[in-house]
Amino acid sequence: MAAPVNSVGKPSAERPPFNSTSFQKKTRSKLISIPGTRPSVQNGQLLVSTGVTSLDYLLGGGLAVGTVLLIEEDRFDSYSRMILKYFLAEGVVCRHELFVASAQDNPDDILQELPAPILDDVAIHKPVEQPRLSCEPQDNLDAMKIAWRYQNLPKVQCALASSSRFGHYYDVSKTMEPEIRQAAKCHRFYLPEHPTQSSTTNSRMIESYSALLKSLQEAIHREGFDLSTPMSMSRNILRVGLHSLGSALWNDDLSCHDDPMHSHALTTFLYGLRALLRSSLSVAVVTVPSHLIQDRALMGNITRLCDNAIALESFKGSERETNPLYKDYHGLLHVRQVPYLNCLASQLPDHKDLAFKLKRKQFSIERLHLPPDLSETVSRVSRGELAGAAAVASACGSGTSGNKHLDF
Amino acid sequence: MFTELNSILNATPDSITQGEFILVSDRQSDASFLIHHFLSFYLRARCKVCFLGLVQSFSHYSAISQRLGVSLTQAREKGQLIFLEGLKESLSILIPQETTTGSQAMDFLRDPTVGLQRLYEFVRSSVSSDGGGEEGLEEWGPPVLLVDDVSVLLSLGVSAGAALDFSHYCRATVCSQLQGNIVMLVRCHGEEAEDDGSDEGSEWLLKGLTHQCSLTLHVQGLPTGYCRDIHGQVEVCWRRRRGDGQHTQKKLFQYKVHDKGASFFAPGTSSAVL
Repeated sequence: MAAPVNSVGKPSAERPPFNSTSFQKKTRSKLISIPGTRPSVQNGQLLVSTGVTSLDYLLGGGLAVGTVLLIEEDRFDSYSRMILKYFLAEGVVCRHELFVASAQDNPDDILQELPAPILDDVAIHKPVEQPRLSCEPQDNLDAMKIAWRYQNLPKVQCALASSSRFGHYYDVSKTMEPEIRQAAKCHRFYLPEHPTQSSTTNSRMIESYSALLKSLQEAIHREGFDLSTPMSMSRNILRVGLHSLGSALWNDDLSCHDDPMHSHALTTFLYGLRALLRSSLSVAVVTVPSHLIQDRALMGNITRLCDNAIALESFKGSERETNPLYKDYHGLLHVRQVPYLNCLASQLPDHKDLAFKLKRKQFSIERLHLPPDLSETVSRVSRGELAGAAAVASACGSGTSGNKHLDF
Repeated sequence: MFTELNSILNATPDSITQGEFILVSDRQSDASFLIHHFLSFYLRARCKVCFLGLVQSFSHYSAISQRLGVSLTQAREKGQLIFLEGLKESLSILIPQETTTGSQAMDFLRDPTVGLQRLYEFVRSSVSSDGGGEEGLEEWGPPVLLVDDVSVLLSLGVSAGAALDFSHYCRATVCSQLQGNIVMLVRCHGEEAEDDGSDEGSEWLLKGLTHQCSLTLHVQGLPTGYCRDIHGQVEVCWRRRRGDGQHTQKKLFQYKVHDKGASFFAPGTSSAVL
C-alpha cells in the first residue's frame, strides 16, 4: 500500500545526508581516474575500450594502457580498417587524444570515415535532453509519489566532459559529425608528407620507421603523456593508430621479398614502440598485412613483440562466402596472443574458434556455431577442413595435426 | 618461487648447486613464468643477481615478484639485484638524442653486426664482486645471471652466432670462474622440423644453448590441443651429472599457472580431470 506523500516526505527530509557520517570510503589516491578508462578486475591494470565491446571481452576487459594490439589484416583490409576506425572513434568519444599514422591514405581521410556513435547518454556540445531515470514520472517533478526514494538523486546525469560509459556502440552507416570529431585533438603522420632526412642512426631501422618513432616520442613529450612528468594536472590517454605497417608503402620490403634486406626493421620499430608505450599513458593499435609476409617465423617475432594479437580472416572473395554454413558470419577471428601483465596468469579466451560479423550497430564476435545438419545424408565437410589448419600460437596451441588427436 | 618446481629440481634456497647453466625454452608457448620463479628463488637464496630484463618493464617483474613474496625494489636498493631495463635504455639509442646518457649495454641496437660485447662487459662488471670491505655491505652468495630473453636479441638483428658467443663468454665468467649460475630464456616459433630456412637463427641458438647447458626446461603446449585447465607441459632434462656418471634424465610434467604460482603434476593427474 502506497504511503501518502506527507508522511513520507518528512522522513526523507529529516534523514541526515550521507556525508555527515564518520565512515569514509577509503579511496586509493594513487589510482589515476581518467575518463574512458577503468581498472581491470583481474590485476588492476588501467584499461581502455577498443570501441568494439566483444573485442574488449576477448582481451580481458579492454586494452591495457601501455600495450600494443596487433591486428593481422584480412585480405582486402576492410575489417581491420574498421576496427582501427572503431578504436579512433572511441578515442574521440572519450576525449582522448589521437595519433594516426599511415603511408597509404591521408590520416584526415581516415578520420573523416569514423563511424558515428550511437549517443543516448553521451553529453556533447549540444545537450541531449533525455531523462536518466525511467521510473521518474514525467509530469510531477517536484515531489515524487511513487519513486520517492529517488527524490534526492540528480535528475539528469551531469554533463561530463566525456562519457562515463566504458564501451560505446557505433552506427557504421553514418560518419561522425565534424563537430564531435574536431573536439578531439589529433596528431597526424602521413609518410609522403614527411621529409626524408638522412639518419645517422643505426642501420637496422629504416628511415620511415625512425621518423615515425621520433614523431611519436615528440608528441608524447609535448603533450605530457610521459609517466615521468609529475602528475599535477589531469591526465589523458593517447591513442595511437598505425595503419598497415610492414607494407611496401613504408619502404619496407618485408612483404615483397622472401629474404628481405630490412628483415629487422619492423621488429626493431616494435621494440621501440613498446619502450615508448610502457613509459607513457598511451595505447596503440597496429595493423600489419600478414598475408603478404611469407616468413612465418618473422610473423611470430612480430607477434611476440606486441602484447595482444588477433588475426582476421574474412570470407570475402573466398569460397567460404557462399558456403551455407558460414552465412551468418563475415569472417573468422583468431586470437594469437593475450598478454599477462603484472601477473603470472593471462586470461585466455574460452574458445578458440571465433567468428565475427559486422552489423550496422555492432561488430560482434561470437563463437563459431555450425547449425545442425538436418539432412538425411551427411553433406557437411569435416570440421577440421573448415576451420583451416592455421596453427594457433597460444599457451596450449599446436593443433596442426588435430584431425588425429582428440580435442580437450 | 614455486614449491613444486623446487621439489622437482631438488633445489632449496638454502642449498643451491653452483655452476649450473639452466636453459628455459618454449615453443609456441610462454615460459616466462619460470623466469619469475628463478628470480624469486635466487633472491631468496641470497645470491647476487644480475637480471637482463629486455622485454618487459621493471614494474612488471616487480609486481609479479611481489606476489611471489620478494621485493625487487628493496633488493635493488640493497645491491643484491642489478637490473638492466632493456626497454628504457634502448629508447635513447633508437631515437637519437643530443645527449646520450645511460649505460652502453644496449649498444648493439646501434649496429647489431658489432655483437654483444658491450652487453657482456655490463654483465661482467655486475657479477664480479667489488669486495670493498665496507661496513654494512652485506655479503651475497654466488652470482646469478638471468636473461629474459635471448630470442628478442635475434629479433633486433643480432646474429645467432653472436648470441652464442655471448652466452659462452657469460658461462665462462659466471659458471666456471665465479661458480655462479645462469638462467636463460629462449623462445622458438613453429614446429621443430621446419626446414624452410626461415627460422634457422632461433633453432641454431636453441641447439647451441642446449648443448652448453646442464639443465633444460622445455615448455610446450599440449599435443592434443588447447585446454583451459592445463596450460601445457614442461619437459625437464638433466644433461650432466658430475661424479654420478648418470646419463641424461628426462621427466615430463603438466602445469597450470595460477595467480600466485604454478602447479606441476604428472601427466593425466590434473585436478580438473581427476
